[in-house]
Amino acid sequence: MSLFRVTGAEIKGISAAVPATVVSNRDYEIISPAEREVLIKTTGIEKRHIAHHGETTGDLCYAAAEKLITSLRWDKSEIDLLIFVSQSPDHFLPATSIILQDRLGLSKTTVAFDILLGCSGYVYGLSVISSMMATGGFRKALLLAGDISSAGVNVKDKSTYPLFGDAGTATAIEYNRGYQITFNLQSDGSGKDAIIIPHGGVKYPITAESLVEKEYEPGITRHMRNLALNGMDVFNFSVREAPPNVKALLDYCEKSAEDVDLFVMHQANFLMNETIRKKLKFPADKTPYSLREFGNTSSASIPLTLVNSMQEVQKSSTRVLLSAFGVGLSWGSCYLEANNWSCPPIQTI
Amino acid sequence: MDSIDQFIVKLERELDMVEPGTLNPEVNYRNIPNWSSMYALIIVALCETEYDVAVTGEDLRKCNTISDLYNIVASRKG
Repeated sequence: MSLFRVTGAEIKGISAAVPATVVSNRDYEIISPAEREVLIKTTGIEKRHIAHHGETTGDLCYAAAEKLITSLRWDKSEIDLLIFVSQSPDHFLPATSIILQDRLGLSKTTVAFDILLGCSGYVYGLSVISSMMATGGFRKALLLAGDISSAGVNVKDKSTYPLFGDAGTATAIEYNRGYQITFNLQSDGSGKDAIIIPHGGVKYPITAESLVEKEYEPGITRHMRNLALNGMDVFNFSVREAPPNVKALLDYCEKSAEDVDLFVMHQANFLMNETIRKKLKFPADKTPYSLREFGNTSSASIPLTLVNSMQEVQKSSTRVLLSAFGVGLSWGSCYLEANNWSCPPIQTI
Repeated sequence: MDSIDQFIVKLERELDMVEPGTLNPEVNYRNIPNWSSMYALIIVALCETEYDVAVTGEDLRKCNTISDLYNIVASRKG
């Protein structure tokens, strides 16, 4: 059973931080100017913020968390749960969440751990953190979600390099006995090869061979430590699985598309997301995007887009539907209500 | 289901780098000027949104002409 309701945890605010360096797909010289225009129109991605060498997901999430804590005037001693969601942690080990517990000056009584998920990670992370909050054993919690995807892509691979941007986010959650979030989560590991960095784990440790580049077709050159993405398979998967997942969630909540004020999808690419939106018959003006300026920011894309839509979520009783899908394959959706969230403007660091 | 001529009109509308009137049923879609994998995604998205038919990468590999592509969509549309 993947449909469930959690009662007891309420989002109080979200913040996001991105690196200062901006790269434009109009300057992507691997492909012709005509192909660049088709790429930008199809993916919706014009620019991306890219981390400099050594800048980490932890750095971006740290900046986002500090900003949010200040904005909410939270007492750090009341934060007793921190979850970090990423597929580009600062180190192989220890977990980045634990490093951030110390760096943020949180108490040693804080529970801190990582969740290793990408595109679907924010919705999954929200389900885990809210379920723990619902026990009543925690007062305040931080869900930190982000990725430095640029570290894994090869500039000579037009199927990945122009798509991904870097970002870190923080979501503040408080115990609230009556607040509900409803989830529908799914997984299909048979699609593991659709989005994969083959080498670098224990199964295929890095050797000299891992870093030998190979041209798979013109414009697609990468090595085994780079991200490989089968765009067509991901497109077919997302368009096939995301709409019924969302419909099942809405049915479970006894809601329809008209009962949703804001439909925020993982920012994969514009054409794919628009196909999902049209299949679900959501109006375009309820479906915000952050792709144009930030690209696909992996686990950060949903909270980053929410911060970008701050005029909506800072109101009371905004009904929000989130849908995430991608690497794993892993996907899920959740339905919740935004009440006067604190959303400081996106930081550039 | 649309006729193949209506299908081609919609295809040309989506592939807006293509001059209207240049496509016909016998054209090999891979020979469309400036063809790239992005065009393949545009075609698959069109089949989903206009006809509610899923076309996969494997389907496209088996197709050569626009007529082949139309026949796949028409057969699945029923």
